[in-house]
Amino acid sequence: MELSALNINLFSVMPEILTTGLAIIVLIVDFFLGRKAKPALGYLSIIGLLIILPVAAMTAETAPSFGGTVMSDGFSAYFNVIFLIAAIFTILISMDYLEKTGIERGEYYHIILFATVGMMVMASANDFINLYVGLELMALSFYILVAFRVESSRSVEGALKYFVLGALSSGILLYGIAFAYGASGSTNLGEMAAGLGSGQDPFLVLGFILIIVGFGFKVAVFPFHVWTPDVYEGAPTPVTALLSIGSKAAAFAAFLRVFTVAFPALQPQWSEVLWLLSAATMIFGSVVAIAQKNIVRMLAYSSIAHAGIILIGLLVYNDIGMAGVVYYLLVYLFMNMGAFAVVTHLRGDAGGVMKGENISDYSGLVSKRPALAFLMALFLISLAGIPPTGGFAAKFFILSAAINAKYYWLASIGVVSTAISLFFYARVIFYMFVREPEAGVEQPGTGACYNVVLFCTAAGTIFLGIYPTPFIDLAIKAVKPFFM
Amino acid sequence: MTPNEVAAAWPVLSIITFLPAAGAIFILFLNREDTELIRWIGLGVSLFVFLLSLYLPLTFDASNPALQWVEKGVWIKSFGIQYYMGVDGISLLLVLLTTFITVICMLASWSDITDRLRAYMALFLFTETCSLGVFMAQDLFLFYVFWEAVLVPMVFIIGIWGGKRKLYSAIKFFLFTFVGSLFMLLGVLAVYYYHGDVTGLYTFDSTILALTPIAPEVQYWVFIAFFLGFAVKVPMFPFHTWLPDAHTDAPTAGSIVLASVLLKLGTYAFVRFSLPLLPNASVRLAPFMIGISLFAIIYGALVTIAQKDIKRLIAYSSVSHMGFVMLGIFVFNIEGLKGSIMQMINHGISTGALFLLMGMIYERTHTRMIGDYTGLFKQMPVYGVAFLVVALSSMGMPSTNGFIGEIFVLIGAFKASWLFAVVVAVGILLGAVYLLWLFQRVFLGTYSYTGRGTLQDLNFRETVTALSLMGLIFWIGLYPRPFLHVMDASLNRLVNQVEENYRQAGMRQNASKATAMASRTVFTPVKGSGR
Repeated sequence: MELSALNINLFSVMPEILTTGLAIIVLIVDFFLGRKAKPALGYLSIIGLLIILPVAAMTAETAPSFGGTVMSDGFSAYFNVIFLIAAIFTILISMDYLEKTGIERGEYYHIILFATVGMMVMASANDFINLYVGLELMALSFYILVAFRVESSRSVEGALKYFVLGALSSGILLYGIAFAYGASGSTNLGEMAAGLGSGQDPFLVLGFILIIVGFGFKVAVFPFHVWTPDVYEGAPTPVTALLSIGSKAAAFAAFLRVFTVAFPALQPQWSEVLWLLSAATMIFGSVVAIAQKNIVRMLAYSSIAHAGIILIGLLVYNDIGMAGVVYYLLVYLFMNMGAFAVVTHLRGDAGGVMKGENISDYSGLVSKRPALAFLMALFLISLAGIPPTGGFAAKFFILSAAINAKYYWLASIGVVSTAISLFFYARVIFYMFVREPEAGVEQPGTGACYNVVLFCTAAGTIFLGIYPTPFIDLAIKAVKPFFM
Repeated sequence: MTPNEVAAAWPVLSIITFLPAAGAIFILFLNREDTELIRWIGLGVSLFVFLLSLYLPLTFDASNPALQWVEKGVWIKSFGIQYYMGVDGISLLLVLLTTFITVICMLASWSDITDRLRAYMALFLFTETCSLGVFMAQDLFLFYVFWEAVLVPMVFIIGIWGGKRKLYSAIKFFLFTFVGSLFMLLGVLAVYYYHGDVTGLYTFDSTILALTPIAPEVQYWVFIAFFLGFAVKVPMFPFHTWLPDAHTDAPTAGSIVLASVLLKLGTYAFVRFSLPLLPNASVRLAPFMIGISLFAIIYGALVTIAQKDIKRLIAYSSVSHMGFVMLGIFVFNIEGLKGSIMQMINHGISTGALFLLMGMIYERTHTRMIGDYTGLFKQMPVYGVAFLVVALSSMGMPSTNGFIGEIFVLIGAFKASWLFAVVVAVGILLGAVYLLWLFQRVFLGTYSYTGRGTLQDLNFRETVTALSLMGLIFWIGLYPRPFLHVMDASLNRLVNQVEENYRQAGMRQNASKATAMASRTVFTPVKGSGR
């Protein structure tokens, strides 16, 4: 192949290049900083990410580059913005947390940046090999991040579980990719679709089922969700936030691109498989969340239930559904990050005893910290999908796509699971507002970093609910090329 | 200037709707120590909104059946969602009821609530905004947003300032209504896509949706989805169990707003959306709806008789009263509809007043049990008279408002079948039983009171609050014409629209039956009306 035919366009991967460069700069600067000065790395990363953000938002090419392996279209730009914002918020809430838990080490920041690069590569990957590299970069970074509280046995336990199961799932995904390659003769998504024909090859079916399993693990879909609660609980809380938002969004981005670009011919088959997974995930996640006493585990199961609802948007296979997925993940970024910011702030081990772990620790929060309780209630109401918050608009788009595609039963199951989920979200709200506070839990004030995150996430949650127009239109535009 | 020209000049409906919310946000920024200031601002805002809403009936064009003061604006273009507000003869009175009752609530909680007053006042004003939005929204999406949003402040009001089992009651209320509403959302989406597929126009605009009736076989499913959403709010018989708990545990003003405003959202939605959008399903399922309404009337009344807790008693009486309203809607004649809307207003006034009076005595004695009271009349004559008047109005005594509503529903029921009328009459009779028996047990006999201090009769603020409600009771009871007059044109238009849609959809379903359908009318014709 001629070199020019490869279309080597560095601008199409500029966000990735810049973020990698930033990570390397942070890595180098880290050597010259004393232990007490590590937060400087956080500020450096945030400034860098803020500069990259407009670049990422504007990087939207129409043609694939690098021999068709990279597709930096509006779709990947949308997701890159989600990842970058998630990384910025995560770093903002990390600086205080790391100090509080005594794990101020410089590598934390550049590993987060590398994880972000991995996500970005996944979102723009137009080739399975590229996709896999991005996935592994993200996963390896997260294995380290989850284990970051090395003194805590739960952190190590979570990391080990995540590593073993994550490696297994990566293997399964790779195995599926190999089958798909065997059936089609290419790893490029576009060429794969062309090489598949009618898709009656049994090995191909096996291949896409294995790929679903691989992705199902990353987005935490029942029955591949088992790692989620332990990992979420054990990991440093800001990492949990990034894991639940960034990793999920990246996996959904890749999921969406793979199934719409490479396997459109098999759509009836994979929709059927995903139907079952989605229904089971929604019901399982919301029912099990009711029984949780630990707030992070509850949020873990809630994130499983959300994954089930997002899957609806994918499997109905129309532009509204796909745009719904993208929009949902954008809203999820704000509402879940907000909830995790509150949890991160209240969680901490003072004197060896974990505080702010259990839902009962939230009793009477309103009398001690009215603003914090109010914001937490807002995030939970949005997660429950009550108007006029962003969570409702997102759910509305997904459900409307399901009704449009005549998936009435799935929409009904989604509705029932939403109703069940209201129960555990409302319980936390009632603990905060109705119960009397328990004596002896002292509450430190929120610093400027927290205030910025809480303000931005709350503003985003409300704005995306009241005026979704610009963002849903962008999302519809971003997914349009998949249905040409 | 016609109302629509007024709306073009200044968005009167939006101002009425969102002014309370603005007031609520303002209150949240006040100093929490300034309780007097917070109370006065809360009252001031609600009073101002009420006075502003009086502008509506003054400029209302009663001969115009269409929506007035219409405001329209694009909201989410790609989904055909609009910001579309309008008021017609059906919703005008409900809007006024809402603004009026909020003032009453502010007065009722004057000395009752001291804990977290800022949030309390703000939540009531938010409730007002959302309820007004439900009555004014003509875009189904906008309607749904208000419909769901009204839950949140109400749940907090019950959950924070409620009685003994407030947590249980608040969550039960939240879950019941939320589940129902979500199914309604699916129904709304089904209507949206059906209309889009048939006409190519994807819109949530209810006035446009009503122009193209849905095929009857689809209507049934949508009707069930809407029914689940609306019936929980009404509440209709099998879904009513949240009501006694929520009412009993809510603070006084919470009970008032729940009974007076929130229950009306469901019945209003049946009239506004179920009838014109789903005429065939409404007609076909009318026997079922009538059946459970009649059952609710009798069952509700019987359960009410057995109650020992006064607040619970009033709560259960709502089940019976809302049965009248639902019956009026589904007997399909203009008298029934008129009576049903009148009854919504009356129930709002009378039951709200009962809760208000109950709250006044509860504030003094902190007991709600009938057995703890006897011979109150001698100690508190003003209170006794007020209670008697309200009780009489609630049971439908002629010269009070209750009579006007019930007589119309009774006529409507009789037109449909004499059997319905018999059940309704028995229901009215049972209403007299529980209310008079309640009055006898609490107010008559020898006075004895074992609680703290001596019971004081109503003070100035309480008397004014009660008198304003009693004024309305007698006004509607003695001179109902203005109230009935405003809804005439809009109701006639609704009836015509339902007839038209019923035939159109029927023809679409089965051409051979079309001729038979065409000659049949849904509504019992009114003699001499020339319709």
